[in-house]
Amino acid sequence: MSFYGDLKKIIKSNIREYGMYIALLAIFIFFTVATNGIFISSRNISNLLNQTGYIAVLAVGMTLVIVIRHIDLSVGFLAGFLGAVAAIALTQWNLPVFVVIPLVMALGIVAGLVTAFPVAQMGIPSFVASLAGWLIYRGLLLLVTLRTGTIIIPNDTYNAIGNGFIPDFPEISFLPGMHKITLLIGVIAVILNIVGEIKNRKNKIAYNFEVVPMNMFIVKLIVISAIILGITWVLAGYNGLSWTVVIMLAVVMVYHYVTTKTVLGRYIYAIGGNPEAAELSGIDVKKMTFMVFGSMGMMAALSGILFSSRLQSATTTAGSLFEMDAIAAAYIGGVSAAGGVGKVTGSLIGALVMTSLTSGMNLMGIDISSQYVVRGMVLLLAVIFDVATRRASK
Amino acid sequence: MNDHILEMKFITKEFPGVKALDEVSFSVKRGEIHCLVGENGAGKSTLMKVLSGVYPFGEYTGEIYLNGVEQKFSGINDSKKAGIAIIYQELALIPEMSVYENIFLGHEISNNGIAVNWNETIKQATEMLKKVRLNVNPATKVKDLGVGKQQLIEIAKALTQDVKLLILDEPTSSLNEDDCENLFELLRDLKKHGVTSILISHKLKEVINIGDTVTVLRDGRTISTLDAHKGEVSENVLIKQMVGREINNIYPPRRKAVGNEVVLEVKNLNAYNPRIGRDVLKDINFNIKKGEIVGFAGLVGSGRTELALSLFGNPVGYQIEGELYINGKKKKFNHPRQAIKAGVAYVTEDRKGNGLILIQDVKQNISLANLDRVSMRGVVNENSEFTIATEYKDALDIRTPSIEQKVLNLSGGNQQKVSVAKWLFVDPEILILDEPTRGIDVGAKYEIYTIMNRLAEEGKSIIMISSELPEILGMSDRIYVVSSGRISGEMPVEEATQEKIMHMATN
Ligand SMILES: Nc1ncnc2c1ncn2[C@@H]1O[C@H](COP(=O)(O)OP(=O)(O)OP(=O)(O)O)[C@@H](O)[C@H]1O
Ligand SMILES: [Mg+2]
Repeated sequence: MSFYGDLKKIIKSNIREYGMYIALLAIFIFFTVATNGIFISSRNISNLLNQTGYIAVLAVGMTLVIVIRHIDLSVGFLAGFLGAVAAIALTQWNLPVFVVIPLVMALGIVAGLVTAFPVAQMGIPSFVASLAGWLIYRGLLLLVTLRTGTIIIPNDTYNAIGNGFIPDFPEISFLPGMHKITLLIGVIAVILNIVGEIKNRKNKIAYNFEVVPMNMFIVKLIVISAIILGITWVLAGYNGLSWTVVIMLAVVMVYHYVTTKTVLGRYIYAIGGNPEAAELSGIDVKKMTFMVFGSMGMMAALSGILFSSRLQSATTTAGSLFEMDAIAAAYIGGVSAAGGVGKVTGSLIGALVMTSLTSGMNLMGIDISSQYVVRGMVLLLAVIFDVATRRASK
Repeated sequence: MNDHILEMKFITKEFPGVKALDEVSFSVKRGEIHCLVGENGAGKSTLMKVLSGVYPFGEYTGEIYLNGVEQKFSGINDSKKAGIAIIYQELALIPEMSVYENIFLGHEISNNGIAVNWNETIKQATEMLKKVRLNVNPATKVKDLGVGKQQLIEIAKALTQDVKLLILDEPTSSLNEDDCENLFELLRDLKKHGVTSILISHKLKEVINIGDTVTVLRDGRTISTLDAHKGEVSENVLIKQMVGREINNIYPPRRKAVGNEVVLEVKNLNAYNPRIGRDVLKDINFNIKKGEIVGFAGLVGSGRTELALSLFGNPVGYQIEGELYINGKKKKFNHPRQAIKAGVAYVTEDRKGNGLILIQDVKQNISLANLDRVSMRGVVNENSEFTIATEYKDALDIRTPSIEQKVLNLSGGNQQKVSVAKWLFVDPEILILDEPTRGIDVGAKYEIYTIMNRLAEEGKSIIMISSELPEILGMSDRIYVVSSGRISGEMPVEEATQEKIMHMATN
């Protein structure tokens, strides 16, 4: 078959997956044109990624919750509340950062387990259980910030999480103005990806799995390498990789590995696909429900840390609507409400779509009311596209 | 022009990687009962889906003539209007709704187009129930009725429209003999009133019993159309044409090696189901020996599945009393996982409901209950998973273009084989099979029986729950009969007859 024939066939049969990448690309091109290139500037992209961080980690946790056919509405205000707890621990209890972060994450896990309790043990719908959590954490957030109002966090180490960048080599004259370690990391990532893909392909061939034709494989490698190098180049032109991006990528990588390669991941998707069959296969559905909500709580804590450190303060309204953005990101990224379907990498893309829209429309000076309408419509379109392609592939 | 109500010509339908139908031609005479038979995956259900518009015109090639007029259905509503009604094996009733609501669901009776006229609905529903000879209160919730009655309600629902051609896809696979006989009486009755029926079934005896004409499909092709009234139809002929070879002995012989050691023993088991508020099992005592196949006979709903679930970690949450011994050691399983660890496996009767993950592929389903076997330190080794799943696919002859095909896309019988493969993969000492051959063809049945025999010869013990008496008599060493949650009889197979078992099962 011809090169373009192959290309068309592959895009067609993976349209659902590629669809969101294409959508993201379209959004990028549109805003770049509409803002005369400001959108694609190093500074804006760097900002955009940092804004994505606290939504992306929530979306990753939410993906698993939706995969096992549940929902967690409480995580927005939980993030806000835990951000405030972190601020209080730093400013009033004078605890060091390296104690505060694990403490807050542990609290997040506990909060997730508490939400899971009525769901797993008593069969209460997670929508209701987490709606109760939404109210409770909102109340708690107001309570702890009641006396002080906004709590300023005067801690440089903590604030670096949301605002800092990874260090660079001391002055080298080579490539002035570029962040060299970022570039180096980009190049290493490209090499690792190529080596990994080749190994994977060889393995698949050895086991007679279906593989894409060689030319398509090369095209895929080139495209992915170009994207990684492009992004690192853009970032290196500003301050390099931020700590937020590093954390976000680490979270996505760990969750991606767990969901695609481990027994735990299989169990989660099996429960989503058919909880009764999973139970009869010896999977402890209750335990897994606790684990998934626990992980969600931990991600809420991380989100709270990223957000409060980015603002260098804890506010009384922190976290409002985060849960909605995270749920929207997960759906744009292809999770299915029927359960058992959805990838964490997809949810990362979904989160990027959401923040790109906000960032682009802010640059264009579009007012906030219209922004909500546009974002709502994009969500709807994404889900319609998802359902339509799913039906077509049947 | 002719007396054919339906003619399908050169129908071809392809799915990615499979040609499900390859120029199939199929004609049905007016007023007959036409049986469609063939192996699992032969294309029977697909052909009927083409006919009823599930796969609309354009997704297949070929021509469909109804009463000599070409039809191009673009959906099931079109075929409904043309007088075709299809009843799927998976019943499509709403369990929480009443009988009369279900019968008129989708075409409610209304005087003003807004409010439903419930009195008229109930009156007409009562008439429909009379037509299908079902004696239940139309206000009963569907979930409180057995499958046999639900089936009749589906037919009643279909009959509310003006039906000329009634299609039933494996209606009898979960019915007991009485319910089957009832259904057939009804079909004969409808025939007298001018309704033509197409019946898909794997039970060849009933095909011979009721069919006027039989069409055999194999690998997506029409093999033959046989006229029962000319004596062309017999079990041997059908098997040969379906499978392509002869099967002389439906129940393969086994080198019996029943040991003396009792592998599993249950004493004074009682179970109470708090959800429906009644006892489901009472005073159950039984045992199984090493290398033994023990049949559990009884009517549908007699409590055999409940018994299996009680042994298998009690996932439904019954309140259980009594003792369970495995190899003489007292055990108590609070979760299926513990039962699996102790060497017990349970193949469910409801593969779609709680057996398989339909949206996952064949290999993931096969490995699910024993992922430890293909993983190290919690990481799944996909290569060994692939290799092992392929072995099981070959051993059970699961027909699928690839083991990466979603189970959803397999034919019913091949799904059943995946379900069996999944539990063989666990390598159990005690295998509980709940209606293991439901919906599978003669050839595949033979394969499953052969596997059961091999396991028994290896010293494994098997509990086989089955509503098909010939199967119970053909495969078991010993038989327990279950009736209303109690064990009403026990006998070695040598002393068993169908009449004796039925007598114990019904009192
Ligand atoms: N949606 C689908 N996608 C892909 N393949 C399909 C799909 N539906 C059916 N097939 C394939 O088409 C073939 C015919 O399937 P069909 O369900 O018609 O078989 P059948 O004769 O009804 O078998 P059974 O007796 O097991 O129900 C099978 O190989 C099956 O795997
Ligand atoms: Mg079928």
